[in-house]
Parts: sequence; structure tokens; C-alpha cells
Amino acid sequence: MASPTVELKLTAKDFKSDQEVRWCPGCGDYAILAAVQGFMPELGIPRENIVFISGIGCSSRFPYYMNTYGMHSIHGRAPAIATGLSASRPDLSVWVVTGDGDALSIGGNHLIHALRRNVNLKILLFNNRIYGLTKGQYSPTSELGKITKSTPAGSADSPFNPLSLALGAEATFVARTIDSDRKHLQSVLRAAADHKGSAFVEIYQNCNIFNDNAFEMIKDASSRDDHLIRLEQGQPIKFGAEGQFSVVHPEGAFGLRVQEGGDALIHDATVDDPAYAFALSRLSGSDLNTTPIGVFRNVQRPTYDEILQKQLVDAKAEGTGTPDEMLDGLLNTADTWTIL
Amino acid sequence: MSAGAKRVEQLDRVVIRFAGDSGDGMQLTGDRLTSESAQLGNDISTLPNFPAEIRAPAGTLPGVSSFQVHFADYDILTPGDAPNVLVAMNPAALKANISDLPQGADIILNTDEFTKRNLGKVGYAANPLDDGSLDAYAVHPVALTSMTVGALDGLGVSKKDAERAKNMFALGLLSWMYSRPFESTLRFLERKFAKRPDLVAANKAAFQAGWNFGETTEDFSVRYEVKPAKMRPGTYRNVTGNQALALGLVAASVRSKLPLFLGAYPITPASDILHELSKHKRFGITTMQAEDEIAAVGAALGAAYGGALGVTTTSGPGVALKGETISLAIALELPLVIVDVQRAGPSTGMPTKTEQADLNMALYGRHGEAPLAVIAPKSPSDCFHAAIEAARIALTYRTPVILLSDNYVANGSEPWLLPEAGELPDLSVEYARTPNGEDGRFLPYLRDPKTMARPWAIPGTPGLEHRIGGLEKADKTGDISYDPANHEFMVRTRAARIEGIEVPDVEVDDPDENARVLVLGWGSTYGPIGAACRALRQRGLPIAQAHLRHLSPLPANLGEVLQAYEKVVIPEMNLGQLAHVIRAKYLVDAVPFNQISGLPFTAATLESMLEDVVKNG
Repeated sequence: MASPTVELKLTAKDFKSDQEVRWCPGCGDYAILAAVQGFMPELGIPRENIVFISGIGCSSRFPYYMNTYGMHSIHGRAPAIATGLSASRPDLSVWVVTGDGDALSIGGNHLIHALRRNVNLKILLFNNRIYGLTKGQYSPTSELGKITKSTPAGSADSPFNPLSLALGAEATFVARTIDSDRKHLQSVLRAAADHKGSAFVEIYQNCNIFNDNAFEMIKDASSRDDHLIRLEQGQPIKFGAEGQFSVVHPEGAFGLRVQEGGDALIHDATVDDPAYAFALSRLSGSDLNTTPIGVFRNVQRPTYDEILQKQLVDAKAEGTGTPDEMLDGLLNTADTWTIL
Repeated sequence: MSAGAKRVEQLDRVVIRFAGDSGDGMQLTGDRLTSESAQLGNDISTLPNFPAEIRAPAGTLPGVSSFQVHFADYDILTPGDAPNVLVAMNPAALKANISDLPQGADIILNTDEFTKRNLGKVGYAANPLDDGSLDAYAVHPVALTSMTVGALDGLGVSKKDAERAKNMFALGLLSWMYSRPFESTLRFLERKFAKRPDLVAANKAAFQAGWNFGETTEDFSVRYEVKPAKMRPGTYRNVTGNQALALGLVAASVRSKLPLFLGAYPITPASDILHELSKHKRFGITTMQAEDEIAAVGAALGAAYGGALGVTTTSGPGVALKGETISLAIALELPLVIVDVQRAGPSTGMPTKTEQADLNMALYGRHGEAPLAVIAPKSPSDCFHAAIEAARIALTYRTPVILLSDNYVANGSEPWLLPEAGELPDLSVEYARTPNGEDGRFLPYLRDPKTMARPWAIPGTPGLEHRIGGLEKADKTGDISYDPANHEFMVRTRAARIEGIEVPDVEVDDPDENARVLVLGWGSTYGPIGAACRALRQRGLPIAQAHLRHLSPLPANLGEVLQAYEKVVIPEMNLGQLAHVIRAKYLVDAVPFNQISGLPFTAATLESMLEDVVKNG
């Protein structure tokens, strides 16, 4: 159910809470916070109808800084808590803020099930490929062989590709953006907010303390054009300083390839089969060599919230009498006997 | 079906146990005899006993499922220690239950199943029907299966369906033997097989054949009657603890005018509460089968944050998983009801057997100083009122409450005097609507001076936007705080607000007023303890009984009650968890008496133990 929109004259300032922001200086989270606060007024949703729910980790401090309703919950559980809230309060706009450890390690189960159910949640996953709050252990998105405090000989486990994972759970909205590209970030948030159902947004976020410059290849002006693929609905998927690279679907191949020249595929996020978006998600791995950003998938299917609400509405229509009378009726529905 | 011309004897009470394979329909058969007895006006108490395996290999001991029903012409407290009648559908059922029977008990055996192969499966070298090993009992060999199949000849049902109706033959025979009214069973069959008229006809015919067999065979020379019990006037139904608990939650939702949100993950023996509540959406109840136990309590907490009556139902292993979220609920100071239908542990333990060993976990099983309220129902029908009480405490004091049911009350049943909805407690709550601080500021941790509850300010309320979380909060403002003095204050405040919950005084049943020994119990042991006390008093041995519903906080008068007796005995289905609490808190030298067999205490066990204490101190 869409949140009620009203004529509101809110500004970014209205969404700033009175709490002192306590991220490390230079953290990518500042840029994301500013982008979110700056974009919120566009939604036209009263502040009291917006709720941010987070888990544990650096990113999960986010709700404290938003002047909306908010809950800083426990590690990995934000999607579960938000599901209960969203399912019981379809009038609210519920946002989940999480990180790579929170969402993909300790909370992996809740994430995939929220996406599978298509709960009406906007899930922002700040991916910095490292554990920040616990001071620098590798995360489930760290590249294989990552040397950290807990893996001095290099990590031995392959990372998740968060978008592939979300698409495997058949998420209806899947997108990726970057902390430092405010315009792109806000455009993706806008599309996520407009989506009915679960919207999963991976935000590449720099941790300048424990994993600095992890995404520099696709951020730095001198290199990004040859590595960053901007997905635009209805546009050919081309990139490179001169637009010389195309994403193509070779005849007989399972996935997509990058090549110089040739007929680029026209991007369509509304393709129902998740295989297309999955193929897009496989273009990039740990090396970021060819990294698409933008909306990968944006399809409609009934949300968990609306199915539950419909069941409630249908069932309530059958009830007659006052609640107490209905309760008396319920208690008496069985083989009863009366003693005089 | 006429009454027949056989001799009729009056009995004051009977205990009947049906036993057979898991697929033989013993639970249903027992349930029907219970319902018939309830219709007649007997007091009743039942004990189902079944394996966790859905269909263990046929004819084996692990596959035996049984259902015991006790009916009487006076008020009874337990399903009975020893059956007067055993219906054994196969050799495994006989072998698994024979040791519980007193000499002279009636045994009705399905001879069709006493084949060499089936006897061999359970290690009978000789057929107990022939070798004299059952001489101490009144054995009635009945070819239940073949007589049922014969009776259904011509009805057009398959041989398999005909054989499956043998439980109705057995029910028909028992209904005749004990002069039960059977109309409710016929109506039940019509409902159950509404889509299969052939099965309605077959099962009715099997029931009738069983009844007629009793009337005509010479093997059953006596028919028995058990007159209605004198019970308080009113309308009754038979109810299991799980049903009553679910209905109590519905009632709590109605009486609080809050939508109920249940987050649950299937687990024995709690799943029936989820099943029951999922049928009552017309009351505005949402049930969510979550991906795991943690999500189940998380979703319930999320719904509570949004203003719902949040509930999660589980058993011990689930509570262990929910611990961290329960601690969060304690920090957030939001209402939440956690139902733990206890089963034998640790780990998977014995999922269909009963135990009271989660008391320590309920009281202490969380990280940090994390107090909450704990209550326990004492009988199947009491689960209804306990659920309402759990909701009352949760809503009034904005705290998680653990409701400790167990498998014994959850699956056992008894007659329930139906309450009037309008006379149940009013659980209305007020959400916060306006700022409570200076300059229009909202202080989420400013407390109500009486209950110490903080305001319940739900999303959607303009002007009360605020942030809460698991980090320690500053008093009143709820801002993050690492201040040492504040933390000490908040820890003490959270403890004080649980200690400050108003709970009724514990009542002492000491009719002779000269007892030296007090027996103190909690939860489902109420029935067997009460029955044991009655038996002792009838024999002129004075004893006092007190039973705790509230385990946290404990009733204010408990210390005084304990001090008034020379000896305090605490029977529990664990290794003495309440006894530890009582000894530590009141410095009373309480004597624990413990049974951890997965089965409830029998009244006889407790009577003999208490007799020893009363006589020998």
C-alpha cells in the first residue's frame, strides 16, 4: 500500500536529527546520509510515517541521524523486525539500513526471506567489503585472499555477489549505486522508493580506515569510464571513454559479455525472468573490472503486506457483531454442554 | 441402538487408555470418547502420549501412540495414574502399556494384529493371549479389524478404508460399555468427512458395529455408568491447553482493542497455537510463519513497535534462539508475549514429552541484566486466563513476558467453564499522542510514575518522531549514553520495574489449618499435587498447598507464606529450578522433589513422597 502523500514543505534539514554524527571523518556513510536526507523531502511523506530500521555495524547507526521514527536493532535482524512492522502497518514507509556483514553474514537468512516474500521494504546495503565497527576483519564481500587481522594468511572463502544473491531470492527490485555519486545515488533511491515491494539497493561505500579506496577503480576520473557501466532503462549498454565497449549476449551463451564495438544489448529492467538481471550482475566480480550500476531489475508482483492485508480484510468482512460478541461466539464454537 | 438387557453397574470414575500405531487414530478416538463424556456431564481430564515420529514403522514400540481419558462423577485433577481399561490395537501397544495397568484391569485386544510376525517385532516369544502372562487381567480378545471389515461389507469402501475405520469400532464398543451419548460423535464424523459421504457411512457403520458387538457378545456381561459430576452451573466445552492459550490470546486482542500479530516458526509442541490463531483472522489477527525462530520474535517485536499486541510462540529450543531479541525488547521496553510450551530437553531432547526445565532460561537466560515477567498456567483451561494475564502485564508495564506452558497442559484437556467476553479484564492501552517534555520535546524514556512504563509512541504519530535501539539509553531522553552513573541507574530501573509489577498474592489451601508441611508448585504440576493433597487429607494427614502462577515477580506474600510452615516441599519436573530460587531468595530450606522422565507426576508418586515428609518430617 502506498504511503499517503501530502503537500509538505520539508527540506533536508527537517530530516536531520539532533544527534551528533559519530562516523569516522571521511567515511562514505556521510555522503549517503546527506543524499538520503536530501532526497527524502521529494517523497512527500510526512516524517512520522517514515521508519528507518537497522541492525548492527557502522551503517546501522544511520537511524539515529534521521529525524523520523527509527530503531537501531540487533545484528542481522533488521529485515525480520521491519517485516513485522511493515506487514502490520502498511501505512508506513519502512527503510532498512544494513551493511555487508549485517545483511549477508549474520542476517543472510532474513534478507533472502524478506526478498522472497516481497515485503514492502526499501533495503539499503552499504557495502564496504570489510568489518568496520569490529575493527577490520574481512567480510562476506571481501575479495578472496583478503589479508586482515583475522586472516593474516588471506581469507579462504569466496565472496558473495550481493546482487546475484538478491536476484537468486527473486527480489523484485535490485539496484547498485556508489556513495560518492550523489546524483546517481538519489536517482536509484527515487526508483527504489517508487517500487512497490522489496527494493534492494547495494551502495558501494568507502571505509577509509580499514579498506580505503576499495572502489577507486570505478570512482577515479582517470579510470572509471573504462570500468563503470551505467545502466539506463531503454538504452544500449555501452561504456568506455569513447563508448567503445558494449555488453552483448553472444549466440548460444548463458551469460553476457563485454566486447569492443558490436550491437549493445538494450537495457530493460522490467524483464520478468531474473536470469537477465542475474547475467548483468555477473559482469562484475571482486575485481570491479566491468561494474554495472543502476537499476538491474524492477518488476511487479504482489507484496507480502498486501496479501496479508487482503486476507485480513476478507476475513473481517465475515465477522458480525461487536468484538465481545464475536469472542463469545468463538468460545462457544465447539461441542458445548450446559449445567444448570 | 437400545440400551440392551445387560447388568448395569455404577462407577464413580474410570480411566481408559487407547493405544495403537501412530496411524491408528488413537488420538482422535480418545478425543471422541472425551467429548462424549463431557456431553454426559462427567468431569474429565486427558493425557495424550505420542512419539515425535509421524509414522514410525508399523507395529513397533517407538510407533505406539496412546490417549488416556479419565472421567468421573466428581471433580478430578489429573488424567489418572493407572488405566482401568486398556484398548491395545496391536502387540506393540500391549507391550508398551501393560506395566501401567493394575491387576484386574480390562484389556481389549485386537486379535487380528496378534500375528507371529507382529509379536516377533516387539520381542514376544509366545502369544500373550495364550501363554498365561495376562492371567492377572480381564482380557477381552476382539477381532477388531476383521469385524470392522465385515461390518462394512457392501458399503463400497476399499479394504484399506474399511480397516482404517477399526478405531470407530473400538470407540463404539467403549461407548456402549460406559453408556456414553454418541450423537456428538456421529455429528463429528459428518463434519470430518463432509467431502466423502462414503467414509461418513463407513465410520458410522463401524461405530454402530462396535456398539452392537458390546450389546450382543457374552464376553461383556456388564455395562457401566458414570453419572454426571456436580459442576458449577454454566456452559462448558472441552479444551486443550494449546487451544485455550490461543483463545486467550484472541481474547487479549479483543479486550485490548489491539491487533494481534503472531510471529512463529513451527515447533512441537507449540505449533497448534499457530494453527489455531491462523483461523481467526476475522479478529484482525495476523499470523506469520517466519523463516526461523529469530525472525518470528523479530517480526513480533517489529509489530509491537508499530502498536500491535506482538506474540511469538515456541518451545525451549526456540526460546534459546530468541534470547537476543528478547533482550532487545527489554532494552526497548516494548510489550511482547513469548509463549514457551516446554518439552523435555536439552537440545532436541524428547519433543513430545513434558518437562518444566526452562524456568531457569525464562528467568535468567539472557545476556546482561535482563529481567522480565514470567508466568505459568496450571491446567489446560487455565492457559486461557494465563494468556490474558501475560498480555495484561506486557501491555501495562511495556515488557516482554514469558508464558511457560508445557506439553502436559498443552495437549491435555479438561472441561472449561466458558467465561463471558464482557467480564474479562479490560486491557485497553493508550498510545502516546503528544510530546511529554518541555518545549514540545518528546522524551521516550520518561516513565509513568506508577507502572514505570515508558510511553508507547508508535510510528505515524506526528511530533513524536524518536529513535530507540539496543545501545544503552540516557534516562528520559533515550539518547545513546555511555555514562557510568546512567547505566547503573538504568540497570537498576529495569530491574525495579519488573519487581514492581503488581501480581496477586499466592493463595494457600490449608483446609485443616494445622498443616506443618507446605507443598509449593508451579505450572502444570497443579493437578497431581492437588490430587495427592486431597488423598492425604482424606486419610487424616494435614498438608497445605500453594501454587505459583507468577514466577517473576514472585507474589509479595510468598516469603510470609513459606515462613509459616515447618517444611516446604517443591515438586518439579526438573532438577529443582524453583527450589533454587526459593532457597536463594527466602533462605528457606525447601526440599526439592524432582522427576525428569518426560511424563507428568502421578498423584500416587506425590502422595507417597508427601506422606513420608508429613509423617517423618
